Amino acid sequence: MRAIEVKDLSFAYEGSEKYALKDINLSVERGEFVVLAGPSGCGKSTLIKTINGLIPAFYRGRYEGEISVEGHNPAKEQPHELFKIIGTVFQEPDTQLLTFSVERELAFPLENSGMRREEMRQLVEDALRRFGLSALRYKSPAELSGGEQQRVAIAAALISRPSVLLLDEPTSSLDPKTSQEVLSIVRELNASGITVVISEHKLSLLLPFANKLVVMREGRIVDQGPPGDVILKMVGQNLIEVPDPVSAYLGLKEIGLTLRKVPLTSRELVEEVRIAINVRRGGD
Amino acid sequence: MSYRYPLSTYETLKRVTFSVDHGERVALLGVNGAGKTTILKHINGLLKPYSGTVMVYGADTKSTKVSELARKVGMVFQNPNQQLFAQTCWDEVAFAMKNFRFSYDDISRRVEAVLKEFDLWDYRDESPFLLSSGEKKRLSLASVLVYEPKILIMDEPTSGQDILQKKKIGELIRGFKGDAVIVSTHDLEFVARYLERAIIVEQGRIVADGPVRDLFYDGSLEKFGLVEPQIVNVSKELGVIGRPLVVEEFVRVVKEGNLR
Repeated sequence: MRAIEVKDLSFAYEGSEKYALKDINLSVERGEFVVLAGPSGCGKSTLIKTINGLIPAFYRGRYEGEISVEGHNPAKEQPHELFKIIGTVFQEPDTQLLTFSVERELAFPLENSGMRREEMRQLVEDALRRFGLSALRYKSPAELSGGEQQRVAIAAALISRPSVLLLDEPTSSLDPKTSQEVLSIVRELNASGITVVISEHKLSLLLPFANKLVVMREGRIVDQGPPGDVILKMVGQNLIEVPDPVSAYLGLKEIGLTLRKVPLTSRELVEEVRIAINVRRGGD
Repeated sequence: MSYRYPLSTYETLKRVTFSVDHGERVALLGVNGAGKTTILKHINGLLKPYSGTVMVYGADTKSTKVSELARKVGMVFQNPNQQLFAQTCWDEVAFAMKNFRFSYDDISRRVEAVLKEFDLWDYRDESPFLLSSGEKKRLSLASVLVYEPKILIMDEPTSGQDILQKKKIGELIRGFKGDAVIVSTHDLEFVARYLERAIIVEQGRIVADGPVRDLFYDGSLEKFGLVEPQIVNVSKELGVIGRPLVVEEFVRVVKEGNLR
């Protein structure tokens, strides 16, 4: 079953001659983990804004093609309706947290949807527990660390239990340890069945869990497919940051040490090098 | 030096001591909140220590004007929104040179060169606030480099930057013609490739200071909550000899058969 289907989508912001997105075709199955990558300005954020309906609801421009998310057309539905289907987390947590307490932050989107009070309270309690935020419930989001803020932003995005989660460079202002923590939450959510589409520059932490890597340049998709296949074609193109284990795979191949598969993690690289060296020694 | 923010009950920096020589390229490492930015702000005199001293080219920052220090010490902040203010990108980059009373010819020549170098020339007449966050970051870098400070300080220059811009920032550090570069960063792959010395800060104290290759292989990174680069991790696991820091070094070591 498809979660997201983007068909021949093009979009140009009002007043701009250039298309920010051009001829985008993308389908995402339910439960998939899709990584969007590409240089700054390639259209990753714009694509996310078309999937969650912010475009065209809040940005005018030329909109061609069609998107379907869980059977809904985000261009035609009200943002508060879409909110039940799609959650979004943006790059800088401080620009999306609006209220004076974590609890209010979680309740805020629900209040706008006209939900009954009891039901609302239940969802907020569930989210506080699920994301380990109970101890922080009365704190102001401004007092929280960057990692805690992103945890609140994820909890708020998922408060009405949508099945699709979009994340636009969620870790770019976090340190590596905190990035790992945030990404492991995303991974758990994905394991529980939520469809994830995430844009990032630093791919080494993400590719190991991704089903699909989509590379964009100047508003177009230049390649998409299984991460191991796509990433190999991207080496030396300066479009995306190729993780070191992948570069090492190619470097070792050049000196005559061929690994069985493209390693995406340090551990895989260690294993593959050990195997390749044993094979070579065994063959001598 | 030690520092306590006004109204704060604890010291953000505790008896920090270090010196940087001509030609050094130094990385300042540590988890969020360790005190890296506070240290950087002492070097250009934005903050003055409440005990101890900070000397820049032999002059005590307490008795030197911030404007005088700014001429020598260029600082690129982590969040460009705190730095950018002008009506157009051109004005933003020209601002410091105008203050330092460069001639108009010098200003227009250098502003053009720097904007082109950072792929921002097309935006010269646009407002800095309409740029994307990556572009804003480059603009704030351009507005400092344009007047050629002797010491370049950068707070998290690579966060949110794509691969091409990251390489550009790295090459810029490598080719910097002034006296010293001090960079705070979480990107240890970047440190491994472009910087030679690392200082690790933890809870306001300097807990390690030495060549990058030493600190990346002596257990300091794990000890202070930092994530080691993948190549370092793999080399340790495989028992590779020669302490490679980047992929090219790793491949060379394997080629030469330097595996235990």
